Parts: sequence; structure tokens; C-alpha cells
Amino acid sequence: MDLTVTDLAVARGGLPVLEGVSFTLSPGRALVLRGPNGIGKTTLLRTLAGLQPPLAGQMSLPPEAIAYASHSDGLKATLTVTENLTFWARVFGTGEIGAALETMNLTQLADRHAQNLSAGQKRRLGLARLLVAGRPVWMLDEPTVSLDVDSVALFAGVIRRHLAQGGSALIATHIDLGLPEAEVLDLGPFKARAPGQGGLQGAFDEAFL
Amino acid sequence: MIALLARDLKLALRAGGGFGLGLAFFLIVIVLVPLGVGPEGALLSRIAPGILWVAALLACLLSLDRIFALDYEDGSLDLLATAPIPLEGVVTMKALAHWLTTGLPLVLASPVLGLLMNLPAAGYGWLVLSLALGTPALSVIGTFGAALTVGLKRGGLLLSLLVLPLYVPTLIFGAEVVKRGAVGQAVETPLLLMAGITAGAAALLPFASAGALRINLR
Repeated sequence: MDLTVTDLAVARGGLPVLEGVSFTLSPGRALVLRGPNGIGKTTLLRTLAGLQPPLAGQMSLPPEAIAYASHSDGLKATLTVTENLTFWARVFGTGEIGAALETMNLTQLADRHAQNLSAGQKRRLGLARLLVAGRPVWMLDEPTVSLDVDSVALFAGVIRRHLAQGGSALIATHIDLGLPEAEVLDLGPFKARAPGQGGLQGAFDEAFL
Repeated sequence: MIALLARDLKLALRAGGGFGLGLAFFLIVIVLVPLGVGPEGALLSRIAPGILWVAALLACLLSLDRIFALDYEDGSLDLLATAPIPLEGVVTMKALAHWLTTGLPLVLASPVLGLLMNLPAAGYGWLVLSLALGTPALSVIGTFGAALTVGLKRGGLLLSLLVLPLYVPTLIFGAEVVKRGAVGQAVETPLLLMAGITAGAAALLPFASAGALRINLR
């Protein structure tokens, strides 16, 4: 299942930020999105994940194939690590969390409340959700924020295993993940032109939302 | 979807979850009213249906902005929107969890508080029945209001202004049921109208709430 994106244009807050984005992501491959702050990496990922409609263009995969990991981890402070992860496992219909806890090095924290975790431990728990989602395409938005060096290496190994199992990953990041095999897509050239210079008009009603 | 309901109930019961907030408010208002009005049994029984219903409605209103705000802040709402559950199912479960933690305790506590308001004996059954049929509408309508205002900083005031007019029919018919029931008049018409509002709201508003959420998550 290739993810093919053709001539995609995305908008944030009614203003077009990226246009003409085209790429193909095959199973077993990882693609790293790069670009300065505000170029539209998060907006592109949210559009692909189905959280907002694109301004123009097509994508070949339905959002149901995509597991999206945003900046925030979606953890509940008063639930334990196990309860947080079990909830997502049940929502995604997979149910088994033991392997995910083991992989993300969380087994010893299983009965800890999420409010007592450090920022890096929370991040690991947030990323463990990808493992219980059971979806082939991972969309990761700055996955390594607040992770230490060992955890970054651990997570790079997790991504590599996911790729080896026929999955794929689209990663927006500023740092080197230690995945030399990943291709890099610089979003700089896709910056949307102003409407006066032939760029797309933003959706009119969105300016009021 | 059962997982979502179970999680929300668990969260409500844990520390800081807000369970009992509405119930405590209901209790306080109903205890204070006789103190403020004075010990006149006849007057209290006359205003009891209205006061009980207004207090229950305000108690429901109190916890509405928590329905989506917390999930929005910690990112769960984005993740739920990309999960394999339809968003309509998410909002239905949210409304159900709100009713179970706010509406149902009010229903169960109302007979005791009716005693404080000197409600005539014939009115107790109708009070419980009208609250049981009416409070689900309050939760469903409130969930719609919460979906409209999710993401707004300090959206609580706007939420109250949006939702209160929609609560008025339920309030009028609900209080009317108790008022008529307490003096032994026929209650079918207001009871059926209120049940109709609840059924209509529960059937239609989840779609509107899901639509509002989709727009707000963009």
C-alpha cells in the first residue's frame, strides 16, 4: 500500500501554507520532513491524518491506514500507564499492550500514574500508542521532543522494526533520528505563493472560524 | 466505544474528576432556598417544582465545559478523531458519561431534596420521573454546546449563553409535570412533550455535535 500524495495544498487558519506537495511513501520506507518553523509540517501531517480537509490535491490512502502522533501525547494524568495504554488499545481494537510496554521500556512504570511520569517517560508512553494502534502508516510530529539519547536510539529501533514489518513512517523532525536509510523531503520549495502571484485562495469561510 | 465510556467514568471518579460537583451544587441550592424564603410550608410547596428543576438544570450546566475541554487540551480529542470510532459515537458516549456522572445522581437525590422543599406527597414520583426523562436532554444539548465552544479560551460563558435558551423547553415542561402531578392534575401532555424533546435531541444532536467538533479541530 503506497501512500501517494499528488499536488497537495494545505491551509492553516484559512491561509495556504504549502502547495504542490507530491511524494510517494512505499511500505518499508521512512520519509523525514524538514523545513523551518511555520513552514507547515504539522498542518501537512494533520491533513494527511484526516483532521482537516486539503485545499487541493489528492492522497491515495484513507486516514484509516494512518496512526497519527501529535505534539501532545493524549495522556490522562489520573490514569496509570497501563490504563492509558489499554484504553487506546481497546479503541483501536487490538487489546494487547504487554509487548508495547516492553518495547518502549515502560514495564517498570506500568502502575505509575501518568501525572508522576517525567516528560520523556510521558513521550515514550505516547509513542507506545503507535504500537497498539496496529496501523501501517505512522505520522510522527516531532516524536523525539524531551527524549534522552538512549530513548531516541530505542525509538529509532522501533521505527526500523516497523519498517521491516512492511510499515512506513512520515516523520517531521529537526534532529537526526539515527535513521540513515530514511529519505528527506525539504518542504521549503513547496511554500505557498501569495494569492496575488498565482497562489491558491484560502477557503473563504475558514477565515472566520 | 464502551472503552471510552469506561475511561470517562473512571476519570470522573478519580481525584479532580468533577463527579459530585453538580450533586453538591444541587444540594446547596435546595438547602439554601428554604432558609432564604422562610419556613412557610405552603409557599415552599408551591415553588418546589420550579426551584427543584431550576437547581437541577444549573447543576447540569456547571460541568458542561469539562466534557471536551480536557480532552482538547491534552490532545486526546485529536487522537480520538483519528481513531476507528465514528465521531458521532464519541460525542454520544461523552453525553452518556456526563449524564451518568451528573444527571443520574440528581435524579436519585431529588426525593430527599423534595422533602426539604415540602413537596406534596403526590409529586415525588413525578419529580423523579420528570428528571429521569428530562436530564438526558440536558446532557445531550450541553454536549452540543461544548462541541461548539471547544478550543475557545474561557468558553464557559459563551457555552452557558448558547445552551440556556435550548434548555428552556425542558425546564418548562419538566417543572409543569411536577407542578401538575403534585396537585393531582393530568400530566400526560407536558410529560410527553418533554420526552419528545429528549428523544429528538438524543437522535439528532450527536450528528450536529460531531460536525461542530470536526470544524473546531481543523
